[in-house]
Formats: sequence, structure tokens, C-alpha cells
Amino acid sequence: MKILCCVKRVPAPGAKINITADGQDVDAAHLGFTTSPHEECAVEGAVQLIEEHGGEVTVMTLGTSDAEEQLRYAVSVGAHHAVLVDAGDNTWDPQRIAAALTAAIQDVESANGSDGTAEPFDLILFGNESADSGGFQVGIRVAHALGRPIVQGIKGIEIGDDAIIARREIDGGFEVYELPRPAVLGVKEGLNLPRYPTMKGRLASKKVEIGTVGASADAGGQARLRLHRPEEALSETVILGTGPEAAAAVVDVLDELGVL
Amino acid sequence: MSDIPTSAVPEKATCVVIGAGIVGNCVVGHLARLGWTDLVLLDKGPLPNPGGSTGHASNFIFPVDHNKEMALLGEQSANQYRDLGLSVDSGGIEVARTQERMDELQRRMTSATAWGIEAHLLSPAEVKELVPFINEEVIMGGFYCPTVSVVDSLETGTVMRKEAIEKAGLQVFANTEVLDLITDDTPRPNGRRKIVAVETDKGTIEAEHVVIACGVWSNRIAYMADTYIPLVPAVHQMADVGPMDILAETGNEIGYPIVRDMDTFCYERQSSGSMEVGSYGHRAILHHPDDIPSNEEAALSPTEMPFTPDDFDPQMETAIELMDFLGDAEIKYAINGLLSLTPDGMPCLGELPDVENLWSAAAVWVKEGPGMGQVVAEWMHYGYPRVIDAHGADVARFYDEEKSDEHIWSRADESFIKTYGIVHPAEQWGGRRHLVESPFRSRQEALGAEFFQARVWERPQWYASNADLVERYGLEERPVEWDNRWWSPITVGEHLNLREHCGMIDLSAFQIFELEGPGAVEFADYLAVNKIDVPVGRSVYTPWLNHEGGFHSDLTMMRMADDRVRIVTGVFDGGRDEFWVRKHMPNDGSVTFTNLTKQISTLGLWGPNAATVLGQLTDHDLSQEGSPYGSYLPVNIAGVDCHLFRISYVGDAGWEIYVPWDDATTVWDAIMEAGADHGLRITGGGVYSLSGRIEKGYRLMGAELESEYNPVEAGLARPKVKAADFIGKEAYLAARDAGAEVQCVTLIVDDNTDRNGNPRYMQGGNEPILTLDGERIVDSHGRASRVTTAGYSPSLGKNLLMGYLPNELAVPGTKLQSMYMNELYPCTVVGPGSAFDPDDSRMKA
Repeated sequence: MKILCCVKRVPAPGAKINITADGQDVDAAHLGFTTSPHEECAVEGAVQLIEEHGGEVTVMTLGTSDAEEQLRYAVSVGAHHAVLVDAGDNTWDPQRIAAALTAAIQDVESANGSDGTAEPFDLILFGNESADSGGFQVGIRVAHALGRPIVQGIKGIEIGDDAIIARREIDGGFEVYELPRPAVLGVKEGLNLPRYPTMKGRLASKKVEIGTVGASADAGGQARLRLHRPEEALSETVILGTGPEAAAAVVDVLDELGVL
Repeated sequence: MSDIPTSAVPEKATCVVIGAGIVGNCVVGHLARLGWTDLVLLDKGPLPNPGGSTGHASNFIFPVDHNKEMALLGEQSANQYRDLGLSVDSGGIEVARTQERMDELQRRMTSATAWGIEAHLLSPAEVKELVPFINEEVIMGGFYCPTVSVVDSLETGTVMRKEAIEKAGLQVFANTEVLDLITDDTPRPNGRRKIVAVETDKGTIEAEHVVIACGVWSNRIAYMADTYIPLVPAVHQMADVGPMDILAETGNEIGYPIVRDMDTFCYERQSSGSMEVGSYGHRAILHHPDDIPSNEEAALSPTEMPFTPDDFDPQMETAIELMDFLGDAEIKYAINGLLSLTPDGMPCLGELPDVENLWSAAAVWVKEGPGMGQVVAEWMHYGYPRVIDAHGADVARFYDEEKSDEHIWSRADESFIKTYGIVHPAEQWGGRRHLVESPFRSRQEALGAEFFQARVWERPQWYASNADLVERYGLEERPVEWDNRWWSPITVGEHLNLREHCGMIDLSAFQIFELEGPGAVEFADYLAVNKIDVPVGRSVYTPWLNHEGGFHSDLTMMRMADDRVRIVTGVFDGGRDEFWVRKHMPNDGSVTFTNLTKQISTLGLWGPNAATVLGQLTDHDLSQEGSPYGSYLPVNIAGVDCHLFRISYVGDAGWEIYVPWDDATTVWDAIMEAGADHGLRITGGGVYSLSGRIEKGYRLMGAELESEYNPVEAGLARPKVKAADFIGKEAYLAARDAGAEVQCVTLIVDDNTDRNGNPRYMQGGNEPILTLDGERIVDSHGRASRVTTAGYSPSLGKNLLMGYLPNELAVPGTKLQSMYMNELYPCTVVGPGSAFDPDDSRMKA
């Protein structure tokens, strides 16, 4: 079985997000970069499926050479191959990204095939949405362009005899989908608990050869005007007291909250 | 009072300490123990972990260090952590992968013996017994220290802070940003400004004293007062990998000894079920303090910056080589942790020279935090630290050339990899050389000078042009490379030539100050133990003491005129001594201070032929009567007005010749020409600062002379005490009444042959002096007998040592042993006098 995971290099969350002076980017100077959390789960899910069923995981991203860091990270936790879709200096919108990824996937699938017949990935995993721009579009656009079924919001994947079984969380339960292969899924954080890389995995990832394909696609209809950081909603902290004297005040608050 | 911050800061405080890491907390704790009250502690971050380097420290202490201050303050700190019950002795092993490192471990054993720290050399199999998961096949041995400890620095800080709250009513303000340090800039004769207030986002606090204990941010805070603390935030990478069953099964935070893989600059330290792998082996990654994120901008903490894995990868390979199980464990946490580096590897402690009552407690790591907090608190309280001589950490030691980002970054770039390096005692810097040089540089280069740098000054150590002396005196290289490193037999040749004929030495790095005005002589007398109110034209060699009677400095002072006194001190002490003068000088206008260092150059001319050489250039009577010892006479040499100062630090008769900087080369040329037929050779600093000095047993500030010893013990007390008051007089009188418990002596190494049959040449200092039974010698103050200076005597053909011994052992002829590279060498006490020419007959010639 062959699984493709598409990932995105994003600024690492966890701290105050500053925006660059021109309003076009997140200032990641103090943040560093990571892989979108949904996609970390996608990679982990793919690796677990391959560990159970055999096969290979390929990881793909569209970005500059900096994004090799995220590709190698995926390899360090178990992916086998890595492909960088070179973003060059272009401005990228979701439609353009989807078109470029679609072309790149078709290239890889052609190369994987033989006698002029492409060998499609059995499963392509996207994150439900990217952690930075949150467009919710790219996976769906790629699936549509490839003519393959897609379900978003997936938190469980099994491989059936002929189908891929995917579970989506809803209020009070799960929706279960059966998709014919090849299929595409948009997965969500909570699908699994991604492993950390081991030192040996990290060192192995340094040696993997990253395939690079060019990205040519026309600009789509969307453009970024500017980023805006909304004011943080500050929560007020009230110090109820110190030591044993504070106990009564704490009880009052708990009572007020109705938890007693 | 509670530990919870209140909203507004007080309007006034006796002392404001900025920074609530291990250092700031220990400073307030120790100030409280010393009886200080009305204290305020600020931090821009939250408590108990405000986000500085303490919060991510590895928290272990290896107590053995070759440097005395670092070793003793490390030990002192470890004991403070123990006293609070916040320390576990995990033991620690430094493992060696190379023979060079094995030799270094022998040196570590020597230092361990000097400081009285239990240590053992282990075979690879013995290392494996203690650390079963180590790959013993890649190591040659280990240095095991059972008292290596792991401490809880955050909790220690909290406990010290709470002690100050309870004892002294300390007020604590977390999440409080310092916006400015306000100084009184009214011009004063001493050139110093004074701290008056700290402006914060919660109000302004008027303060008598302010302490900067801000770790990696310290220089940013110092800038607010237009002053400078030379340190740079540097990355130390670490990664936490795990879990591993064998570690988890210990059930402890730390159950196995910490392993330092010295040759890969890496350590492995158990942290509960995981292993922390830390590295000092990557490239130097330096940051400007302004580039460190704020607490809210930092994902983890400001000093836990995003990990740059490419820098760490080579360390992983070597770590896995040493402990295979590391390879399969997950990397759960990895950071580019920030710590502070300084240009010379020592901390920055003490009062800032240009701002009165503004104190630095910076560039201190967790391993020395409590001890150095105590040093700073005692410095503030007593005027000098009592716990140890801290001259090496004194923030006043820096010259202006050392107070620039360019300098610090260059030094840090070069020194980071030496954190676990094998650093030779004479090792020279590669970059930032020739920052200050004498007027003679072009002449010196033409003569093949080998320059050694003294702080920022370049001084020729020997001259390749004297290579012929090696053959003339039948000299050779030393057989053991370590003893030969940063050394040349030429220096021995220059020494013997000076003793046989004469030598000229460039002493331009002397730091020369002048005091002038109606109060100059009285003030000069207040600084010095010996009488400065002497006739014009006389000079005085004298200690300067601190208030407790220990050495602050040791130098010469010259009565230039009725109202003018010159001070000449060594290049390693210029900054500290200038500060000492400015700190104590009256501000009523009766005294002015001038630094003449770069206006006056100095040449030394010594040896049996010195008078003959100089006699060709002046008609002045150069006999002992016409130019007596200690006299300071105006002469004209080759048309240049100079001063002749008859004194000697090498043990032969001659002069220091003080020359106007701009005309100095004229005098150099004239003397070299006059000496050409009299065996004169240009001679390097190796003779002046070591071989000539040690043959005569001359004491050196920072080696024999430290604040822990007084002039009576050093053998520098004169028969009488002057009537005038001086700093430390009361303590000095008491020391004279009490008599010396120890004496500074010279010892001769009787046989310097090592176990391999090679002659060894002791150098470095701090090696222990032991009884014939191999026992350490420790006096009632806890001061251990150790080598303060070691050097080869060309005249005697023997290694000489200096150090302090208890009276009963300071007797000439006493047989003792000294350790060098973990071998014992028999030696004999010469006594307080000199091993060479003890009657000073050559000086009187």
C-alpha cells in the first residue's frame, strides 16, 4: 500500500503571534516552524497503517527549501520518501496550491507506475485545514481535481478488504464512511498521538534524498490583503488570598460555579 | 509579607535587586542574612520561574575545576544547596576517548586533590559498573567524582527569597519590567556617576543600591545606566530523550552518575525516566539580548529558544555511540537554551566602576549561583567578599577594549568549544589580538617576537632573533609536549643572557596613573600600607589592602612632586586598581586622577652590564650611590627626557626607564645600539613575569597575593607601621599582633622525573603541596597549601614552586611533595627568601 501525506510548514504556535510590518506574514523569528498539527497526525496515521499493512509513506509539501525541515521531520518519524514541490518566488493562494499539488501528485504517480500507466496512491491524507491560514480548501480541491472521493474531519482510519473506512466525530457518536481506493481524507488532530522522532530516526532523515518537482500553476481567484491580529481577550485574575485563610473564598467561588 | 506581588512598587528602598533567578534570589537571601532590610526584588517574568536561564538549567555541579575561584565557589554553592536539602549527590564521570584527554584527567585528579574533593580514575570496565548502559569500548577511562550533585535551583531560589521575605521584609514584584536606571550624573572628580533610582512599569523606586542579576539580559539593563557588563547570551543545546526502562526503574530523578563525554563536548544526565543530552560541541550560536523574545512571545520561555536540529545532529551520532539506547528513544523536548558567556570565561561580579552602588551579579551559572550570590552580598556589606578572593570575577577587571559586542562575540565564538576543552594554562586567543600594543611593535615583529596577550595588551614572550642563545647555552625542547606548549627554550636563553650580560624588556603594558593636588599625598598614603609621604624622587613598593587587611593590590608608587604621586601597576590589575582609586578618592577637588598609561612607555634594563650600557647614554651617576634603589631620577637619553627608576623584578641590578610614548622608539634604538657590544639582548616577558621573578621569590598579585592572605603571611610586612591612616590598617595591625599562621615560601623540586622517565616542567599553579605521607596541608582558616606559581629556574636548573605553608613546615630544608599531572614529586622548602642569590648580591652590584 502506498500512502501520501501532504503537509505544510507553519510557524510554531504556543506564544504571542506577531505580524510582519507589511501585514503579509507571521513574524516567526521567535517561534520557529513546525508541521500543522492535523498533518502531524496524518503522518502518524499513515505510518501506523503501513506498520500494520506494509507499504510505503510518501510525504509532500509545497514550499521553499526551508520546508525540507518538515519533510525530514516526517521521515524521522517513519515516512519513507519525501517530495518538495518548489514554490519558488510565487504568491500562492489555495487554488494555485491545489493545482500545483495535483500536478505534482500526478507526476509522482506516473513515475511510480509502469508501461505508461500511473500507479495512484491508495490513500492521500491532508490535514483538515492548515494551522496558519485555515482555508479548508486544498485537500478538497486536490481530491476533486484527481477525481477521487474525499471526506473531511476524520478521526479514525481502517483499511478494509476493498475499501478505506473512515470515522468522523459528530455530536454523540461517529459517522462511518467507506471509500473506494484510491481515496483522499482530511484528518483532524486527535486521530492519534503522534510519536516524537528518535535520534536514529532523525539521523536517518538526514540521509533521505528529497525529490524536488517544479510547481507550475496559474494563480487562483483569491488574494491575501493583510493579516490582522485581533486583540486578546484578557481574563481577569483575582487573588483570593493566601494560605488557609483563602479556603473560605475558594469555597464561595466553587459554590458560585455550582460545582459543589 | 507574602510571595505574591502587590500592584505598586515602593517609592524607596535600600537595595533593589533586578532578576529573580538563582543569582538574584541568593543575593537577597544573603543580604538578609547579613542584616540588610528594606529590600526589593524585581523580575519581568512570573514566579517561581521567570523565564531566565535558571528555569532550564541542567542543575548539576561538577566540583572540580582548575580555576580556584570557580572550584571553590562551585563547592561552596554545592554545599549551600546541600544545606537546604535541595541537592542529591549523583556522582559524575568524565570519560575520555583520547590519550590527550586521559592526560587531562590526570590533571583533573591533581586539581581534585588541591581542593580536597574525592575523585578516582576508573578503567572502562569500572565506568561500566557504575553506568551499565555505557559502551565501554569507545572510552579509555573515566574521572569519577562521587560528590557531583544535582540541585533544585528553582526551589533553592524560592527558599532563599522566602528567607529574605521573612528575615528582612523583602518585597517581591514579579511581572514587573524595568524601564530605566536613573543615575546622578553630576560631575565629580572621581569621574563616577551614582545610581539613584529604578524606573519600572509599576512606578519608580529610589534606591541606594541596585543589583543587576539579570542573567542573559544583564547588559541590556546595564545599558540603561550607560554602563556595560561584558557578556553575551549563547546557546547551549539540549535534548531530552526517553523513556528508557532502565532509567525509570531507578524511581529517582537521578539514579546513575552523570556522564560527561569530554572529547565530544557532550553530557548525558538522567532526568527521571529520560536522559538529557546536552552539548557544548556545536558552533557558537550567539544572540543579542534584544533578540531574546519576551515571555509572551516565547513558546516555552525566553531562554528556551527554538531548537536548531542541524547543529545537534553530530552530537547525536557520538551520543548513540556512547549509549546505544539513546538512538531508539524519542526526542521529547529539545531547546536552544541560553546561558551567558564573557570575554574571559569568568563571571562579572562587583560594583560597576563608573556607577557608584550599581552592582553586577551576572554571567553566573547555576553551579556557582549561591556562592556568587554570597560574594556579591558580602562585597556590598563588607566592601570586599569574605568567602573567597574574587579578583578574577571582578567586573572592574575589564578594559574599554573588552567592552564591545565585537570583542565579546569574538571571544565567545572562540571559547564556546573550549567549555569541555583541554585548555593549556598559557593558551593564547586566536582572534582580537593587537588591540593595544606598545610603540615598539614594528621593531618587535622584525625581531620575531612571539606575542602573548595580557588582557588587551600584546607583550613579546620571547624573540626568535635570540634563537642562537639556545645553542650557546646548550638548551633543548622539553620532551613532553604539554610542557613544551606555548613555550620555547629561547626564553631560557634570554634569561641566562640577562644574568650573564643584560637584557632589555618592553614593559609598556604597565598601567600608570597619577594623583595630583593638595590632597594627593595624603590620599596616596590612605591607599597604601607603606609610607608614600617620602621625599620627591623616591618610590615605594607597597601593598594596598582591603578593609579586612587582605591584599587588594601590590604595586609601586612614586613621589613625583610635592603634590603629585604616580602609581604603576600590572596590566592584569589596571582596571581594578583604577577603580579602587576612583572609589576611594575624595570628591572635594583636592585630588585629581589621570591615567597616563598610553602616554608613558616603559623599558626594563637589567643585568651585570646594564649600568655600562646605560652609562654610554647619560652622564648621570649610575652607581648605587648616585642612583640608589627606589630612586626615581630624571635623565636625558638620546635627547629624550626620561625617568630612571632603580628597581628589579628579575633579580639583577638595573632600571625601569619611563619614556614619553611618542619618543619611546628613539630610546629603544639608543639602548640597543649602546648594548650591542655588551651582550644586550631584547628579552621577552617570560623572563620578567616568570623565570626571573620566581628565582627571586617575588610575589605576584593574583598569584601569591590575594585578599585571603595578608602582608604578614606574604612576608611583605615592614618592621614599622606608618602613623598615617590607610585602608585596612586596623586589620593589618591585628594581623601583625597575631603573627602569621602561614608563610609564603619558595620550594625546589628535587627530582622532576616522571614515571615514564621524562623530566617534567611544572606550570599552571594550584597544584597541591602535600606532606611526605601524601596528606593535604590545610590551615585553621581552611586554606590549603597549593602552588601559587610554578616555573623553571634557568640559573639553578630546577623547577621552583611558590605557595603558603604553615610555620612549622615553612622551615628551610623541610621535605614535602608536590603533585603535577597526578604524580608526586619530592621538593624541599627554601623558605620565605629566594632560591637564587638569596643575599641580593647581584642587586647591589
